[in-house]
Amino acid sequence: MNETSQDIDFTFSPDELVEAKRLIAKFPEGKQKSAVLGLLHMAQAKWGWASVPAMDYVASLLDINPIEVYEVATFYTMFHLDKTGKYVLEVCRTSPCCLLGAEETVERLEAKLGIKVGQTTPDGLFTLKEVECLAACGFGPVIQIHEAYHEHMTPDNAEQLVDTLTSKALAQN
Amino acid sequence: MAIKILSEHFDTPGIETLEVYRSKGGYRAVEKALKTMSPDEVVEEVKKSGLRGRGGAGFPTGMKWSFIDKKSGNPRYLVCNADESEPGTFKDRHLMAKSPHSLVEGMIVSSYALGANLSYIYIRGELLYVLRILEKAIAEAYAAGLLGKNIMGTGYDLDLFVTPGGGAYICGEETALIESLEGKRGNPRNKPPFPAVKGLWQNPTVVNNVETIAAVPWIVNNTGDEYAKIGIGRSTGTKLISACGHLNKPGVYEIELGLPVEEFLYSDEYCGGIWKGRKLKAVVAGGSSVPILPAELILKTVNGENRLMSYESLSDGGFATGTMLGSGGFIAYDETSCIVRNTWNFSRFYHHESCGQCSPCREGTGWMEKVLHRIENGHGSMHDIDLLVDVAKKIEGNTICPLGDAAAWPVASAIRHFRHEFEWHIQHPAEATKPGAVYKPEFAAVTA
Repeated sequence: MNETSQDIDFTFSPDELVEAKRLIAKFPEGKQKSAVLGLLHMAQAKWGWASVPAMDYVASLLDINPIEVYEVATFYTMFHLDKTGKYVLEVCRTSPCCLLGAEETVERLEAKLGIKVGQTTPDGLFTLKEVECLAACGFGPVIQIHEAYHEHMTPDNAEQLVDTLTSKALAQN
Repeated sequence: MAIKILSEHFDTPGIETLEVYRSKGGYRAVEKALKTMSPDEVVEEVKKSGLRGRGGAGFPTGMKWSFIDKKSGNPRYLVCNADESEPGTFKDRHLMAKSPHSLVEGMIVSSYALGANLSYIYIRGELLYVLRILEKAIAEAYAAGLLGKNIMGTGYDLDLFVTPGGGAYICGEETALIESLEGKRGNPRNKPPFPAVKGLWQNPTVVNNVETIAAVPWIVNNTGDEYAKIGIGRSTGTKLISACGHLNKPGVYEIELGLPVEEFLYSDEYCGGIWKGRKLKAVVAGGSSVPILPAELILKTVNGENRLMSYESLSDGGFATGTMLGSGGFIAYDETSCIVRNTWNFSRFYHHESCGQCSPCREGTGWMEKVLHRIENGHGSMHDIDLLVDVAKKIEGNTICPLGDAAAWPVASAIRHFRHEFEWHIQHPAEATKPGAVYKPEFAAVTA
């Protein structure tokens, strides 16, 4: 979990600092630690995963010990403790999604991306993960990619989604 | 025409804006409560309504509110549990995303009733996009003077914030949620003291589910007595049911409590029957934690009465032949479903989500997952079935929080009602491990 590029600047921009302060101000004086999950989400959105320097920076913003951030980040499953691809595909693997074919969707994605669950494609574009119930059971299979929910992700739809994201990433480069 | 209390305006264009919400009568309850009622009078109406906690436990809301410590003089908090994570349950997400002001209005009225001047909505971290919808609604409410200092000139102050979790089923348990809200790992606390005495930051706190809080404005507007007329017996009012699995029309439906299960499953107003013209095999009626029932027991009680969507009717027969309304997460399984595989899937979920604090749950959930995995994969022995029952029994009732029970019940009930499927898997591993293999009743003669 220590693999970090030396040249990354682990500080928020002025705008991000305004947002961080807004999150902290939701809690009474002295209870700023309550903002740790919100700040971890912000840090992960910016740097892709919860690296040690990113967590240390969150600790400094909250004026708490780094260990208090580590113990939280390692408890909650949304925080990635390893470097991830540009897009993290989180496929729901709980019963209701499986009744609608989530296992077939995962198999197709593994074949399409040439990786297994938990791995990242060599080009750094996709990380494939399985997660537990996302509370969208009526519209499965569900794949979460960062903040967005993608519903009805049958193998064909999921494959199409990967193609769309690949083209999008290519266009950005 | 069925009564719609929570979902009446789900499909009204623009209902997520304050303007449209108000044009449909929104925030009338805030005005009525704050200007014409005392906090205790609001509590009294909620007591009269018979409203019960919609998160799963079904505890009477008015009674829970009356437990809050007002004597200590410490600040009191209302915390909304929007950590919806129980497999099969997706009603709160629907409500918050469709009509965020329904929750905001409920939070204002309920906070007033409890004497809270600072309240939180704790939403599961995966739903950051819903958090943003709620924050927009809250900002509109502040701008309109419905939140903040001196609301509507009544002298009542309330600050309301939304804050995210980070992916942990356990944080739906109220004391784990409070720990998480304090910025810690979500380990449930020992009770007592209960949150009503020592909750958030050791101050008196009430934790209520989204749907519970969203029902309060209607009760204030129409009186608790009127609410109590809806529903059946002690199951008053309406309930959002999230229906999923092998259905023609999965989705979120508001039902009047007391609706026959058969009507809910098969009428076109609701689920529209089982998909692909298949037969119903089993139902998990209230989220993954409640006992699974075979088709014949979900449609009729063991005494042959029609099973109703109510707290009492679903639990009729106890765990031997009944189940629970729970969170309203209704999962239907068609005849091609493998109960063993499904039970293993649920066990993996609970093992994954156990916080690890209590040994029976930390170890027991892992054992159940492992044993079920080997049965599902053709390596089980007949002894394994009794082993599962034994492990489930040793978890149940022996943990700080109900996650242990929630992990034990699906396993125990699957074996209770579908033991023959487990036996078939064990006795015919070559058959049972073929892709898509499912036990069929005609196998019974062969197995015996």
